Amino acid sequence: MSQSTAESHTLVAEKSGIGLTRPDHRSGWVDWLTTVDHKKIAVMYALAGLFFFVVGGIEVLVLRIQLSAPEMNFISPQTYNQLFTMHGTTMIFLGAMPIIAGFFNFLVPLQIGARDVAFPRLNAFSLWVFMAGAIVLNISWLFQLLQVMGIFNPEGGKDIVPAIGWFGYAPLSAGEYSGIGSDFWIFGLQILGVASIAASLNFIVTILNMRAPGMTMMRLPVFTWMTLITSFLIIFAFPALTIALLELMFDRMFGTNFFRVSEGGQPILWQHLFWIFGHPEVYILILPAMGVISEILPAFSRKPLFGYPIIVFSGAVIGFLGFAVWSHHMFTTGLGDIATAAFSLLTMAIAVPTGVKIFNWVGTLWGGRIKFTVPMVYAVGFIWMFMMGGFSGIMHSAAPADSQQQDTYFVVAHFHYVIIGGIVMALFGGIYFWLPKLTGKMWEGKLGYWAVGFVVVGLNVTFFPMHFLGLFGMPRRTHTYLAETGFGPLNMLVTIGAFILAFGLLMVIIDMIKTLRSGKPAGQDPWDARTLEWITTSPPQVHNFDKTPIVKARDAFWYDKHGDAKYKMEYEPDDGHGIHMPSQSWFPLMTGIGMMIMGISLSLYSGGVPFMGYLGIGGIVVVTVGVYLWLFEGPGGYHLHPESEESK
Amino acid sequence: MSEASVAVSHGDGSSTGIDNKKLMMWLFLGSDCMFFGTLISTHLIYRKLYPNPEVSPTEIFSIDLTTASSFILLMSSFLMALAVSAMHKGEMKSYRRMTWGVILFGLIFLGFQVYEFNHFIHHYDFTIQSGTMGSTFYLMTGTHGCHVAIGVLILLSQLIASYKGKLTTANSMDVEVAGLYWHFVDIVWIIIFSAVYLVEYL
Repeated sequence: MSQSTAESHTLVAEKSGIGLTRPDHRSGWVDWLTTVDHKKIAVMYALAGLFFFVVGGIEVLVLRIQLSAPEMNFISPQTYNQLFTMHGTTMIFLGAMPIIAGFFNFLVPLQIGARDVAFPRLNAFSLWVFMAGAIVLNISWLFQLLQVMGIFNPEGGKDIVPAIGWFGYAPLSAGEYSGIGSDFWIFGLQILGVASIAASLNFIVTILNMRAPGMTMMRLPVFTWMTLITSFLIIFAFPALTIALLELMFDRMFGTNFFRVSEGGQPILWQHLFWIFGHPEVYILILPAMGVISEILPAFSRKPLFGYPIIVFSGAVIGFLGFAVWSHHMFTTGLGDIATAAFSLLTMAIAVPTGVKIFNWVGTLWGGRIKFTVPMVYAVGFIWMFMMGGFSGIMHSAAPADSQQQDTYFVVAHFHYVIIGGIVMALFGGIYFWLPKLTGKMWEGKLGYWAVGFVVVGLNVTFFPMHFLGLFGMPRRTHTYLAETGFGPLNMLVTIGAFILAFGLLMVIIDMIKTLRSGKPAGQDPWDARTLEWITTSPPQVHNFDKTPIVKARDAFWYDKHGDAKYKMEYEPDDGHGIHMPSQSWFPLMTGIGMMIMGISLSLYSGGVPFMGYLGIGGIVVVTVGVYLWLFEGPGGYHLHPESEESK
Repeated sequence: MSEASVAVSHGDGSSTGIDNKKLMMWLFLGSDCMFFGTLISTHLIYRKLYPNPEVSPTEIFSIDLTTASSFILLMSSFLMALAVSAMHKGEMKSYRRMTWGVILFGLIFLGFQVYEFNHFIHHYDFTIQSGTMGSTFYLMTGTHGCHVAIGVLILLSQLIASYKGKLTTANSMDVEVAGLYWHFVDIVWIIIFSAVYLVEYL
């Protein structure tokens, strides 16, 4: 705090605790690699998420071509298995979750009036570890290519790309039945779990501890509330997956018997552990989407959110109940009548808080002066499409019905309505809503409306017929089907729908690129919105707020603009010391690279490739050294002095 | 560490009044509960499912030895509490002495565990591949052992930092957070000791 107040905007290159000069680049690629700025981290998360979203989309279009007609032979059954595995894993862990993490990173500090997250370097660590996990999972394609070219031939020689489904059921995923693809999958997911847990711990501390003065918990924007609940779900749900993956890894590498049936291992154990993680994961994905919707609807209905406390508590109830319904994925495994009945009831119960939220959103629309901008179209579409997925979900909760629907396309229809009709619609609506804030540029024209039209039509043409296919008995995860089944025409329709949907999503991406290239300046508050991110410049400066706002109401900015004089926004006085900002660091990136080396080489080690065990240990050493350098580097920091004319 | 961050690290200006690092550690321990919960319940479920494994636990367990090592781990927690308290009072010398004690006790516990594993493997041929019980037992106790080892590393690093003058009484929160972790690892051992060792003698 002793730095001179005269140095306005000058940045002193400081020595860190270990005697190395810390990076202090404010532009160029060094800046991106070493940044601890939550806004830049958000951009990298979101771009990576969109990239993998496109990858997962291409994977599924290949699948749909294969299924478009009976007895097609477009791809081999082995490739088919690999593609549906990678489609599911990619979309959940590498598509949806990083885009959501991008939203968390960009919005949470801005919405609570903070300058950054609680642990900025840990935040960068989460990003790079996520990238490492994504690379470990997808590099399997490269090794498979090398195998096809005859350069690489691991022991067993079976699937090098994971082919075990996104749920990786043991013992299929155990040693005897699958190739090193399963190792890439195990290490990839394990590393992604580290990233998710670290990020979630960071966000919980940020939301609980870094709120601006006056920002009580019941004044938090709903998106921030949903982030908080989601983060709690992540830190309590991921450990079950971590341990399941650890047990599976030990079965594969060290010959343990967790899932080895001949030695008494129980395959059902995997199912329980996986779904104790897997079902909360569903809510980890949908709760942030609900948060986005709860921000968009009030802004364009020109009304406060109807029943704010009820929406918040419903979110919390969904979070709690989300841990109590995992066995509805396992009704057909013979849990026994009591367990089945209990999980059936709890699953029905979880529809209640969800339904409450839907009524609240409709109540927000009711009597409002509705403006159908592109984000609003997505938000209204979300309510409708998500409800369709919800209804078929309630159908699954009845165990007898579920045992008919298990492993059929009916289930595929259900969760795609929830994921695309719910999560993707909300996230794209959110991108349209906050892109002007993120980039300072405003989208315009009709392309956005056309895109959402194609998305909704494509979604329904793709997934609505799947309900019928499923009830007619078409099984999931099956390479092809006979002409006599009569599934052909509907499948052709589904494939056409998938291409319409893909076209719609492509239009969204084109619209974003167009906005970035030639969008007009958006201004600070284009939507006349309610939350604190809109009082900053677009795009926000590195320190977010020149002066920390003092919050006097829920929807503080709205009351500042339109409310009584007593709600006029005030700011904390300048203490003359300037704004304390965290320093950049190389070590989050270094630990991420170490994790990547470890994941790839241990997977190859499992395939009997020489020297890979040593390389894996090398990766662990890189991680350890990185952590130590990180710790002894110290948090660092410098002081910014925004000039007074810059303040609002 | 700059002065500014020291001021922040004592909870000043945090909305809840709890220090960021401390809150983070509590949350991490909550998450860690789920890790151990999964491991311990896997072990107990398989024990219930297969009540008569090839190697009987009561035959191979040396309960005297495990009780002794459990007692030593408990006492290390006592020393840890003294170390944290010394740090808060600014008594560097006492902090160092107590932390050396914690590290020593932690290492003794780990030594017992290495001896136990070694004994099981070479005398009773009870390995990680011996049925489901071998797998669950070694993975669970091994994971706990890793936690203790990481704890020893953290405490040792802090101790070295204190000799180098990098850890001063201004950083007492860092010691307290390390203490929280150490106590938690201890409590987990109490649960494992009761649910895995003692229960077998009922």
